[in-house]
Amino acid sequence: MPWLTALLALPFFGLIVLLAIPGQARNLVRLWANAVLLAGLGLALPLWQAFDRSAGSYQFVDRMPWIPTLGAQFLLGVDGISLLLVLLTSLLGPIAALASWNAIEDRTKEFYAMLLLLQFGMLGLFLSLDLLLFFVFFEVVLVPMYFLIGIWGGERRLYAAIKFFLYTLAGSVVLLLGIIALYWQGGLQLAQPTFEIAELLKLRMPLDVQRWLFWAFFVGFAIKVPMVPFHTWLPDAHTEAPTAGSVLLAGVLLKMGTYGFVRLSLPLFPEAAQEAAPILAVLSIVAILYGALISLMQQDWKRLVAYSSVSHMGFCTLGLAAMNSNGIAGSVLQQVNHGISTSLLFLLVGFIYERRHTRQIADFGGLAVVMPRFAFVFAVAVFSSAGLPLLNGFIGEFTILQGAFIVSRTWAAFAVFGIVLGAAYLLWLYQRTMLGDLRNEANRGLADLSPREWATVLPLLALALAIGVYPKPWFAVLERPVLEIVGRFGR
Amino acid sequence: MSHFYTDVDHFALLPAILLALFGCAIFLFDFLLGERSRRWQLTLVLPGLALTGWHLWKQGQIAPFTAFHGALTIDAFGLFFNWLFLLTAALIAVISYRYLEIEDEHQGEYYGLVLMAQTGAYFMAVGTELITIFVGLETMSLSFYVLVGFLRRSRRSNEAALKYLILGAFSSGILAYGFSILYGIAGSTYLTDIAVAVAARPAFDPLTVLAILTVSAGILFKISAAPFHMWAPDAYEGAPTAVTAYLAVGSKIASLALLLRLFLGPLGSAREAWEPLLVLAAIASLTVGNLAAVTQTNAKRLLAYSSIAHAGYLLLGLVAGNATGLQGIAIYTGAYVFMTIGAFLVLMAVHGEEIEDLNGFARRHPVYAVPMVVFLLSLAGLPPTAGFLGKYYIFLALIESGRYVLALIGAAYVAVALFYYFRLVRSMFLLPAIEVERPKASSLGLRVALGATGLITLGAGIYPEPFLQLAMRSLLK
Repeated sequence: MPWLTALLALPFFGLIVLLAIPGQARNLVRLWANAVLLAGLGLALPLWQAFDRSAGSYQFVDRMPWIPTLGAQFLLGVDGISLLLVLLTSLLGPIAALASWNAIEDRTKEFYAMLLLLQFGMLGLFLSLDLLLFFVFFEVVLVPMYFLIGIWGGERRLYAAIKFFLYTLAGSVVLLLGIIALYWQGGLQLAQPTFEIAELLKLRMPLDVQRWLFWAFFVGFAIKVPMVPFHTWLPDAHTEAPTAGSVLLAGVLLKMGTYGFVRLSLPLFPEAAQEAAPILAVLSIVAILYGALISLMQQDWKRLVAYSSVSHMGFCTLGLAAMNSNGIAGSVLQQVNHGISTSLLFLLVGFIYERRHTRQIADFGGLAVVMPRFAFVFAVAVFSSAGLPLLNGFIGEFTILQGAFIVSRTWAAFAVFGIVLGAAYLLWLYQRTMLGDLRNEANRGLADLSPREWATVLPLLALALAIGVYPKPWFAVLERPVLEIVGRFGR
Repeated sequence: MSHFYTDVDHFALLPAILLALFGCAIFLFDFLLGERSRRWQLTLVLPGLALTGWHLWKQGQIAPFTAFHGALTIDAFGLFFNWLFLLTAALIAVISYRYLEIEDEHQGEYYGLVLMAQTGAYFMAVGTELITIFVGLETMSLSFYVLVGFLRRSRRSNEAALKYLILGAFSSGILAYGFSILYGIAGSTYLTDIAVAVAARPAFDPLTVLAILTVSAGILFKISAAPFHMWAPDAYEGAPTAVTAYLAVGSKIASLALLLRLFLGPLGSAREAWEPLLVLAAIASLTVGNLAAVTQTNAKRLLAYSSIAHAGYLLLGLVAGNATGLQGIAIYTGAYVFMTIGAFLVLMAVHGEEIEDLNGFARRHPVYAVPMVVFLLSLAGLPPTAGFLGKYYIFLALIESGRYVLALIGAAYVAVALFYYFRLVRSMFLLPAIEVERPKASSLGLRVALGATGLITLGAGIYPEPFLQLAMRSLLK
């Protein structure tokens, strides 16, 4: 079986087998789900070696007929951009599953079924090169995430789950209209109507058509990212979701929006995108500053991390708004970086919550005394998220700022101020939770990281360091596809 | 045979004869069967439907042809709808028996009336003469009046039947009035003659407009489109759940077939006059149906309002007025049959009508709850389900014909629809179970129907090609 199809089919196959396992055999269920997701990682990693960096086009393409009547195909393939996100997804999947080993006692089988379905949807989205297939996966992801938040979430899970679903759906129906209209445009210009992205890229559309389509796509993706002012679903969903849900939501699902911009909006509608760039940039800067300021105010540890995502995703969209090679490459790398650092933060909050069943920052303080290893890992996560040099966050934000600076110094100046604020709320969080005296007696008996917990954070720590110290191989993968996108703006 | 009743006439009439014969046979045999052996009625219903299906298939071999001097037209359009009626009736018959036993109303007449309603629907789909169409419509409606009130000892069922009867008779009267004006215009009751006469007049001719107003009022009532939807929530809520499903599917799509037959046929030349009317009705249906469904606490009422919204989407397909729109209607109706019956049969299995009754249902009966999620996703129109395809085609048709605002309105209501459909999912999966264990009205027939509708709803979404081919071929032939 072709490589990418196998990679996509694996979690689905795992899901089918999982349904046959009796629900009482909880450990078997856990073991199986972890094994499947780990096998998926094993299948995905060699892609990194086999990927040809000098070839510009999509690689490992699997093409099968799907709906010939509509011109939709089952078409999978990766370029440098999607390769990074596929690898990120393949890594975060098993980490999320392993992190939930003890946390999920109720309805274990359903939980892992939803994780596998989610993994299937996420991989499918990044792999598909057919617009209709892309849209199907865009929607498939919503259902398992709804259940993850709604069943295993925190106190306000019912509200958060439907809010997440409705926001994203409202965006995606507008996206659907955009996709249909684009397909119709394709039918007018191409020999036969198709959903194949590579074919649609050949279309030449007048500016006003581009403009309509760009904004239709924008609504879908901007809600997913989420960009201000569509961000209000995010803090609720992230905070209420179980740890695995938060990790995948922040680590992967948010990237679907930025990936949509990179893969579709920018190359398909280059003129309209350039016209909209200042608006995107302003929204991004507002997100960076506003997200950071709100994070400063948070009393809830997890909610703080959630709002920090608004700020950090603002950097990703700012890089896109720059629309030059630095900005876009930095944005894609920063998407990966945010996936790593925010997942780390959510994992660590989850570990604490499992032990103490509270997330109020005021309940903690001086944890470094009882949990030195935890405090160390948390420090790395905080520094990585704050963009300290030699860790991954720095290189991503730096490249984005370079890109933004070329276009407008004002953008860059505001964004730099956002980095300062970011350092402030993250370090302050660290200070309030880890440093000082151990004031709360309830924290005295807290156990440090267990081997299983180490196993979930170690790969992420290693990656954070690797990207930070030697970012070249990552940019090497991105070079060709980013140049292709930038090349479309010159026309 | 004489030339008054030729072989072709007989051939065209045969499916209806078979349905009526088997229906009457069920009425007759019913007293021979004891209380517990009424299930054996199914051995008459299913072969009757199979025989009808066989003749429909044979008709399909030589279609299109006309019979009775043009009073019946057996074409791909009529056959497509008749196949849907057949599937609907078969599904309704096999899911009903356990439900009726629990309600202690397991009378054989039930199955007879199901077949009688289908007999009427047959003429609505293939009839091309006003009297034939009207008699077909009334045959179907009368059967439904009785079926809605089938729970004789239930006050709600009786009330629903009475409301439906009075309002239904009123709407039939308006429709008959419209038909009489059409006859006045053309001096003939045959649709082909009426088409010529209407085309000879200007689109906004007062008589034509009056005919359009009255005919559309009558039919919009039957497909439960706003502003003629008021009967639907009460009738749907009071009727036995199996009948609600039959009413929501069979009655609605038969009336839809009639609507298409009239508005694309004899009234096609007056499109300018009726299009704004249907646009208003579609927007009103989407708005009333979707917004009112949000506040319902009764699952059957919720689905009733949602079926008003579905009527709105179907009307949008007609408004678009291109080939894609018609394909969209065909695919949408096909999907609608399976997802709606599926959703109602899960409600029957729960044997509860309030949304609260579903609380914690997924924990006890995941085999029913999981397909229900598929049905609800499909009703909302999310991929990968059959319902998505229907909406996809309707939106495509609207965009192709430049009706962007209507497409946007239709799309926006998808999100609203998901909100109320997922209130059921929320009850089933997210909320703790209620204490009382309810009797589960499950049966072999119900489980088979659940499997079939679930597989088709999901299968047509994941691999739609064969279903699309089927729908295209049946309409383009």
